[in-house]
Amino acid sequence: MASNPFQQAVSAGSVTKPPSRGDYSSDTLFRSVAYGSAFLIIILMAYILWEIGGQALPAMQKYGFGFITGIGWNPGKEEFGILPEIWGTLYSSLLALLIGGVFGISIAIFLTQDFIEARLAVVFRTIVELLAAIPSVVYGLWGIYILIPALRPIANFLHEHLGFIPFFGSELSGPGMAPAALVLAIMILPTVAAISVDAFRRIPYKVKEAAFGMGTTRWEAILKVMLPTASSGILAALVLGFGRALGETMALAMLIGNVDQISLSIFSPANTLASLLASNFPEAGTLEVQSLMYAAMALLVITLLVNVAGLAIQQYTVRKFEGKK
Amino acid sequence: MTAPIEQTVSNAASYTPTSPVVINCDIDKIYYGDFLAVRKSVVPIEKNKITGFIGPSGCGKSTVLRSLNRMNDLISVFRLEGQVTYHGQNIYARNVDPVVVRRYIGMVFQQPNPFSMSIYDNVAFGLRLNRFKGNMDERVQKALEGAALWKEVKDKLKNSGLSLSGGQQQRLCIARAIATEPDVLLMDEPCSALDPIATRQVEELMLELKEHYTLALVTHNMQQAMRVADNTCFFGVDISQGGRTGYLVEMGKTKQVFEDPQAQLTKEYVAGEFS
Amino acid sequence: MSTTNPPLSSATTLVKDYNLQRQPLEYRAMKSIFLTGMTWAMAILASVPLFSVIYMLVIKGGTRINWETLTALPPAGFEMGGGFGNAIIGTLVMVVIASAISVPFGTLAAVYLGVFDPNSRTATLSRFLAKTLTGFPSILAGVFVYSILVIKFGYSALAGGISLAVLMLPTVVLAAEEAMRQVPQRMKDAAYGMGCTRSQVIWKVVLPTGMPGILTGVMLAVAGAAGESAPLLFTALFSNYYISEVMEPTASLSILIYNFSAMPFDNQIELAWTASLVLVLIVLIFNILARLLGRAKV
Repeated sequence: MASNPFQQAVSAGSVTKPPSRGDYSSDTLFRSVAYGSAFLIIILMAYILWEIGGQALPAMQKYGFGFITGIGWNPGKEEFGILPEIWGTLYSSLLALLIGGVFGISIAIFLTQDFIEARLAVVFRTIVELLAAIPSVVYGLWGIYILIPALRPIANFLHEHLGFIPFFGSELSGPGMAPAALVLAIMILPTVAAISVDAFRRIPYKVKEAAFGMGTTRWEAILKVMLPTASSGILAALVLGFGRALGETMALAMLIGNVDQISLSIFSPANTLASLLASNFPEAGTLEVQSLMYAAMALLVITLLVNVAGLAIQQYTVRKFEGKK
Repeated sequence: MTAPIEQTVSNAASYTPTSPVVINCDIDKIYYGDFLAVRKSVVPIEKNKITGFIGPSGCGKSTVLRSLNRMNDLISVFRLEGQVTYHGQNIYARNVDPVVVRRYIGMVFQQPNPFSMSIYDNVAFGLRLNRFKGNMDERVQKALEGAALWKEVKDKLKNSGLSLSGGQQQRLCIARAIATEPDVLLMDEPCSALDPIATRQVEELMLELKEHYTLALVTHNMQQAMRVADNTCFFGVDISQGGRTGYLVEMGKTKQVFEDPQAQLTKEYVAGEFS
Repeated sequence: MSTTNPPLSSATTLVKDYNLQRQPLEYRAMKSIFLTGMTWAMAILASVPLFSVIYMLVIKGGTRINWETLTALPPAGFEMGGGFGNAIIGTLVMVVIASAISVPFGTLAAVYLGVFDPNSRTATLSRFLAKTLTGFPSILAGVFVYSILVIKFGYSALAGGISLAVLMLPTVVLAAEEAMRQVPQRMKDAAYGMGCTRSQVIWKVVLPTGMPGILTGVMLAVAGAAGESAPLLFTALFSNYYISEVMEPTASLSILIYNFSAMPFDNQIELAWTASLVLVLIVLIFNILARLLGRAKV
């Protein structure tokens, strides 16, 4: 071992010595492995895009853009079009966002704007977290046997009396857009609520002080000051919630009806990209699999774009408030 | 016209050591990125003495202290021009590993920072790190006795280090630092987070420790330097170029610096005209 | 006593009157009360599905909880009785495989992101992608593993486990990174000051201190993985038997529920409810563990 000039300096009883060669090599090894793991995440994302894209390529070359605008899924005739599924995915997620978004934001306001004492807020926070914890299939099961029967009388009432409005244009015979969107709303509500709570918490206290100092009522402060200040964070919450809704599969597969049609009526059955994949994949032959991969690619691109947009908005919000604080 | 920042070291700043010098700190410049934090300062640290660093805030005393064991390396924009010679070796030489340096030059920080483990494990940390194979219990006890903490904790060695009071935590950190018996102990305002009684205990401890170790102490409390330090370095702030650059104004035996300061700035500082 | 006051001057007439008493019938106050009422109503309404689901699970699923249900094999079409023992084991096996992959991999990545070089370009990109992957559609994880593994080696529990690992990974990475960032800088400084190499600082101080936070993240990720179903459709498929090796398809609670919920047989539907109850209990246990671990004394 190379002579260590420092070693002469210490007293006889000293224990200090430089790290051993083993320490040094394990340090280098560990740092490389850690770097490699972080880098592998980047590789994973690239690999996913590469793999699904590659599998979709034959179908993309065969059907081209007509696949996106076509209607009807017919393995026997080798005719595939995913327009109804794209419609179903976007429409169901949008409806879910409207309902889940409003509820999510209102719960975030409820939890952060001093409506209830801290202990009760923890209870509500737990309820919201438990809503997120329930697996998708269980919501699907509940939706089939509890929600749809409960919804039917209301739906049929609306259809009978307000059927001229396109949204209520059909009967709710069983699965359909409405129960699917409702369950989806329940599932994304926790996401929207959590990110919105975060957005409200970032608001510097002095903003709240300033609002109340001017003599606003609690609601005037919330609506005119807190909401606008937190607006970019809430936007992020909504976009990310929308992204979550787009990717949801099982509950929708069980509740949306799996019918390839486009309709404005919220009571008619429909189909989504994810449920198309879930329902058709198990029995699909080679050509159908390739077309399904094309559909998967479409879903991937849509959800990635939405999620990246949502994250970008969220990071913008964080930076904005880090300056203010 | 204001003098340029690269001025020569004033007479007051040079000090002729009377005991063997353990660390010879010869700084030309210290940069944080583009910001010149410290300029020409020569600080010899003598063996078995306590060298105190005093001065107003922003004068670079902590920066200089932390340069002695390469702790500043943790700040990515840090750059030192000059050399710090420890037993003849420049610790900023290219082939020197800062990890090795820190095994011989220990540090006690401003905020007590015991690890979230038991008191025993905190003290044994350095021993295990250096692969000590002997009687661990004995060394732990010796270190805790050396830090004047043994009697208070001997029955609760398994308790978490964080369960102690502030003063006890700081003494635990000292015990941890001396368990391996390093050569030098650097102390960066070790008492600033402590109450007066704990401060007094740590100061008495420092006077005992200097018999076996070499100590360098940064303090914002002049009276502490007067009580404890053998040598005192007074750092000042140079604002002549628009920024705040620290530099060694004067160094000497403590008695001389406080009773008969050579530089005008030192006179004003010890008279309490600024802090 | 008169409640009207003479106006002080024209400059002060913006503030309408000096009556400081509460006036609940005034427009502003009424609007406030209405909105508060709506907020309360929405909070309570949002809780209804949770309680409804739990209630139904207990009522409809609770009746079949017995030793037979938990150990027997799934019944065929017109059969009575049966259970889902193989599904419970299948779920657990795949979750273990998924954890064995995602926890080490994710923690190591988090060590780099949180401590070694948080601001490097690799770290920033990796962190961003990990966040993007948290919202990744679970079915696409199944499609991905299908195309890299199942096509060549067939449906298997291993493939199922790997697809769950892909879904668990972002949660583990982000939770572990946060846990390690929370370790106070002064503790890391103390370790550096003692002459620890960077790996030693991690192994001896950061990982032990951040362990509660890391375990919380792992438990939450496990809870999510146990409930997943979509990826399993493409990877582990289903089986009516107990698993004997990882390279063959296996049953899982989530797929069993999915399959049985669509069957026209009362027996199967009852079992679907019971399986749902068991699955939710498993998920709840992991959620509670996550909370308990997070509160562990640092």
